[in-house]
Amino acid sequence: MKQRRRQAEILGERAIEALIYVCGFSAIIFVFGIFFFVLREGAPFLAKLKIGEFLFSIDWFPTSQTQAKYGVGALIAGTLSVTALAMVIAVPFGLGAAVFVSEFCTGKLKETLKVVIELLAAIPSVVWGFVGLTVLSPIIIATFHVPIGVNMFNGALLLALMSVPIMVSIGEDALKAVPDSYREAALALGATKWQLVYRVLLPAAKNGLLAAVLLGVGRAIGETMAVLMATGHSVRIPHSIFDPVRTLTATIAAELGETSKGSDHYQVLFLIGVLLFGITFVVNLTADMIVKGIKRK
Amino acid sequence: MAAAPSNTTATANRAIFTETPFVRKKRRTELVARCFFGAMAAAMVIPLVLIVGYVIVQGAPSLSWEFLTANPRLGGIRGGIWSALVGTIYIVTISLCVSAPIGVLSAVYLTEYARDNWFTRIVNLAVVNLAGVPSIVHGLFGLGAFVYAAGMGKSILSASLTLSIMTLPVIIASTKEALSAVPRSFREACWNVGATRWQTIRRIVLPNSISGILTGVILQVSRTAGETAPVMLTGVATFKAVESTGLFLYNPIKDQCMALSMHLYYIATQASNAAPSLPFAIATVLLCVVLVVNATAIGVRAYLRSRKKW
Repeated sequence: MKQRRRQAEILGERAIEALIYVCGFSAIIFVFGIFFFVLREGAPFLAKLKIGEFLFSIDWFPTSQTQAKYGVGALIAGTLSVTALAMVIAVPFGLGAAVFVSEFCTGKLKETLKVVIELLAAIPSVVWGFVGLTVLSPIIIATFHVPIGVNMFNGALLLALMSVPIMVSIGEDALKAVPDSYREAALALGATKWQLVYRVLLPAAKNGLLAAVLLGVGRAIGETMAVLMATGHSVRIPHSIFDPVRTLTATIAAELGETSKGSDHYQVLFLIGVLLFGITFVVNLTADMIVKGIKRK
Repeated sequence: MAAAPSNTTATANRAIFTETPFVRKKRRTELVARCFFGAMAAAMVIPLVLIVGYVIVQGAPSLSWEFLTANPRLGGIRGGIWSALVGTIYIVTISLCVSAPIGVLSAVYLTEYARDNWFTRIVNLAVVNLAGVPSIVHGLFGLGAFVYAAGMGKSILSASLTLSIMTLPVIIASTKEALSAVPRSFREACWNVGATRWQTIRRIVLPNSISGILTGVILQVSRTAGETAPVMLTGVATFKAVESTGLFLYNPIKDQCMALSMHLYYIATQASNAAPSLPFAIATVLLCVVLVVNATAIGVRAYLRSRKKW
């Protein structure tokens, strides 16, 4: 009797451990699954696709009856320019805030700031987009005297606000990883806090901070709703930061609903998805390798 | 000869007790540095307060108990938001039921079972990359895999499954952190009295890390509630007329539903003749849901951490 119960227990445990193993591998399965299913929907068009034209042509006329053209050059330019401008804004603020949280404040203030950062990260992207559309747009028109308020600058501001939290939290971890003996040595030599930050902490934590920035870049490239609502949505190579642009993500979100399953347009949108998957994969992989490199050291 | 050392001691004393121009300058730089970095941090806090405040003030005219409990009418521009709220609850609940067990078990595998080898590194890499995949690509995946390949059609189930995969890394990351915070000596003590691996996990590791796991699950709720791009491709409609105002409005296997996030997007961009305060009111409700859920997570974490015994 007891023997049998014991056997049932062992069997149950085996089953649970098998389940744990399956769940453990699930992340790999899902990543491959995402790649596979997105590529599968877009694959038939690969035969007709000229890679050079697809990537570098700026003619995006997917709905033209006579001669539809699928060049995502302008969309890539849109994504890159918005992301770059967002990073120009976000990097100093994000890293500055990370330094402040990790080096200049303690106790209550530090806890409060961390909570605020967490809440900032929690605001849904559609709310950011809505804020860009209704709040930032009129402000931008009034301040810079430009005709259109929903433009690259608007989108970049939102993306900056959205990617700052991740930069602060990863950047703070990187600064925390710098041994205290470095700080003590610098202070003992009579360095000011300013010198401590510039001469000691930033060089010592530079890989971690780079990873923080890269994760912010990944977040900004992949963002959809905010850029869909706030960048003005016109396909062209931007000439000034107040030009409306359109990004890869926004194009998929805006146009997929209007295509019929299996049409060329539909398949091209899935191929853009594959492209986005590839870009963010590389960015995240690089960031991860940098972080791992630090840990090993 | 003897006067020189005593002379230096005197200057050293003076340098400590009175403020030389050098010390004053140093203190000033310190203050400037503090203000500079403080301003950087404030630049993050201020937008949060301003945005939340502005949205709530603008939305106030439309907010009322009826706004929450009435169904939307006339394509969403009149009436309340009840069916959208219920749709969000459906999606959050179903995706939570799927992703919480998978995520927790996956984290258990990574911290308790996985050896330090190349395969584990690949699993970890996959988790990192899953977190980095853009939300719209998750939407494309859900459309290709659940809606078409699995034949579920555009439905609450497809949308929920898509979101559950998308938010899996959130749960895995926070659970992993919670599990590895349990001291190794706890496990060793348990093994030494003859418990098996699973018994140790079940009786010692999981109970001791429940606060972190719970926080991750709550954060997943807030993330799911606000997500728009993936669900708009896989099962959320811009408008769906519903009569009843009960909780069971939809059939989760077959029906499409409305959701708060999508409703906000639709009203803000497509509906031109809605009351100007309407989108602000929807945004207020969405913000409140998300921020309250997050505040709960923070509170739970603080409470359980204060009770932690080791």
